[in-house]
Amino acid sequence: MNPATRSPLMWAVHLSVLLIVALWTMPTAGLLISSLRDKDQLAVSGWWTALATSSRNAVARAPSPDSQVERDGKFVISGNILDGQAGQISAFGFSSREPAAFKAGETAELSGGEKLTVQADGSFEIVSDTRMEGSRGQRIFFTAAAPPRFTLDNYREVLRAEGIGASFINSLTVAVPSTVIPILVAAFAAYALAWMPFPGRAILIAVVVGLLVVPLQMSLIPLLKLYNGVGAFFGVPAKTYMGIWLAHTGFGLPLAIYLLRNYMAGLPREIMESARVDGASDFDIFVKIILPLSFPALASFAIFQFLWTWNDLLVAIVFLGTGQDQLVLTGRLVNLLGSRGGNWEILTASAFITIVVPLIVFFALQRYLVRGLLAGSVKGG
Amino acid sequence: MQQLLAAILTMIVGVLACAAYFWSTNFILDWIFPSKGLSGKAASRNLRITNAIRPWLFLAPALFALTIYLIYPVYQSVLLSFYDRAGVNFVGWSNYFWMVNDGEFRQSIFNNFLWLLVVPALSTFFGLIIAALTDRIWWGNIAKTLIFMPMAISFVGAAVIWKFIYDYRAEGAEQIGLLNAIVVALGGVPQAWITLPFWNNFFLMVILIWIQTGFAMVILSAALRGIPEETIEAAVIDGANGWQIFFKIMVPQIWGTIAVVWTTITILVLKVFDIVLAMTNGQWQSQVLANLMFDWMFRGGGDFGRGASIAVVIMILVVPIMIWNIRNAAKEMRSH
Repeated sequence: MNPATRSPLMWAVHLSVLLIVALWTMPTAGLLISSLRDKDQLAVSGWWTALATSSRNAVARAPSPDSQVERDGKFVISGNILDGQAGQISAFGFSSREPAAFKAGETAELSGGEKLTVQADGSFEIVSDTRMEGSRGQRIFFTAAAPPRFTLDNYREVLRAEGIGASFINSLTVAVPSTVIPILVAAFAAYALAWMPFPGRAILIAVVVGLLVVPLQMSLIPLLKLYNGVGAFFGVPAKTYMGIWLAHTGFGLPLAIYLLRNYMAGLPREIMESARVDGASDFDIFVKIILPLSFPALASFAIFQFLWTWNDLLVAIVFLGTGQDQLVLTGRLVNLLGSRGGNWEILTASAFITIVVPLIVFFALQRYLVRGLLAGSVKGG
Repeated sequence: MQQLLAAILTMIVGVLACAAYFWSTNFILDWIFPSKGLSGKAASRNLRITNAIRPWLFLAPALFALTIYLIYPVYQSVLLSFYDRAGVNFVGWSNYFWMVNDGEFRQSIFNNFLWLLVVPALSTFFGLIIAALTDRIWWGNIAKTLIFMPMAISFVGAAVIWKFIYDYRAEGAEQIGLLNAIVVALGGVPQAWITLPFWNNFFLMVILIWIQTGFAMVILSAALRGIPEETIEAAVIDGANGWQIFFKIMVPQIWGTIAVVWTTITILVLKVFDIVLAMTNGQWQSQVLANLMFDWMFRGGGDFGRGASIAVVIMILVVPIMIWNIRNAAKEMRSH
């Protein structure tokens, strides 16, 4: 670093990176904070005010005149309009036209001559010189300041009532085998393409590179027909977990083979040659030398494939059913967006549950993810 | 829970079956054509045979899966695009004629081109700038991790995150969506952003840019670090300033990587589906090809002919990049 770069320019760099980081993390932070907020507060104020006291306007009804008691020659109805909730009354009123006409502690005179006093803690008294009539209690409008409230209730609700818990298991059921099964298949193929000379090898590699970018959309309809045909022929359901595991395996193979081949091709030739001199066969070399050495590439692919299968929506809704024990998290979330569009406490908590597993994987294994990305892309340049 | 156990059991059985396949076929091959303990001529003959067969044993399961799940479907999709909705009667080009006359399809093509213009360009640009900036500061790696993070989030999850930001309440009510809150704070009028025709496309694109910038940044950052120090030192000695060094010395040296990032994101954009489905489902003129294709696949019991023809259009758009990739890979292999 020369002195010139420690100048105001460097401050500008720090500041702009800080700004970009804030911009990039804010959306996720907003989701997380919102999912932890009380659902009534979430519905009326932005998540950035989560730590501030929020004020709400509400209306309560005093007990009916039946409950009045006679005290010192006057008739009194008393109670608490906050009804056990936390908060601080700032203003109140008795008509919907002027819901905040009086400050807490003041006394308002109602139309029948009764006197209404509301204290800041929510307790109120209606005092009258004569016996009060009627069957319904007096309506009291008030403005209350509520302290911020954080809760796990939203999570409890979506896990139980909205089926997110069941879908979580379904997503795991899809993702884990779909990640592990292709690895071994791809590793053998990658070794053959990297180190075993045979006619047509270059063409096969070109085919794999070409298949890397084939859009999934091309596969959907023929495979749907195929699955329906297989299902009808054998009298089994067309949409099964087995079907989706195999589909994810097929779709993941080009990347797996490509990544692993690139990695294996970069391993030093001397290792293999000395093993061959010692009389090891290709099979031995692969199992005892290549496979252990390729661990970083295997890990990279496993992370990609796990993130992709966990986050996938398209393959899951086409090849897996929509029953309670089949709908995956992404599918459930899309359904909730339709049916619970305005219930942000449900949507935010559900969304956070869907993204928490990939986020953990991401933060724990980022190193391998980056390495895999670089192996998969920079090569072409 | 039970199904998860069943899944893990299937997985173990599957992996063991794979291992058993590879081991047993190799064992049988070596048993039929032994090369050990034989005299020179017979051994070398057997060795030649096993060397010719073994690669195909290694490749067989992968080739089988690739054929069933990718190669055969591509062929079949092209074929189906010339058939009617049930895939029974040959109808010639009529699905394609329907397509060019369909307003929704033309809308999708138009939107897809908007996406293709904006998303790869902005993701790559932001990625490059962020890579260059974060490489200069001591907490750059932390910043990179946080910007890279959206990459792990599903498109549907990201859609929920951003739908919350675009949330709209009627004017006068307290806005809980961040964007409208900012607009109101600046004295503007709140808008239902994702229902504004044409502009809503850009609000959806923001989501993908948010996700893909991290990808571009990681790759371009590695490329920037790979630039030989001498070229930069020479430029400094010649009196070039920061901008000149970056745009005239560094960027030209990583054009290849920029192109790779650009095309990778382009491919992704062509397939974008989840975001549109979750945000608008193609309403308010925000339809794109992949979502339209999905729609026709199931609309009214499913029209496989039209669905397949839309898929073919996506495929045709991908083909130039596919060819470019294959040529690059071939060049790469020859140079090794």
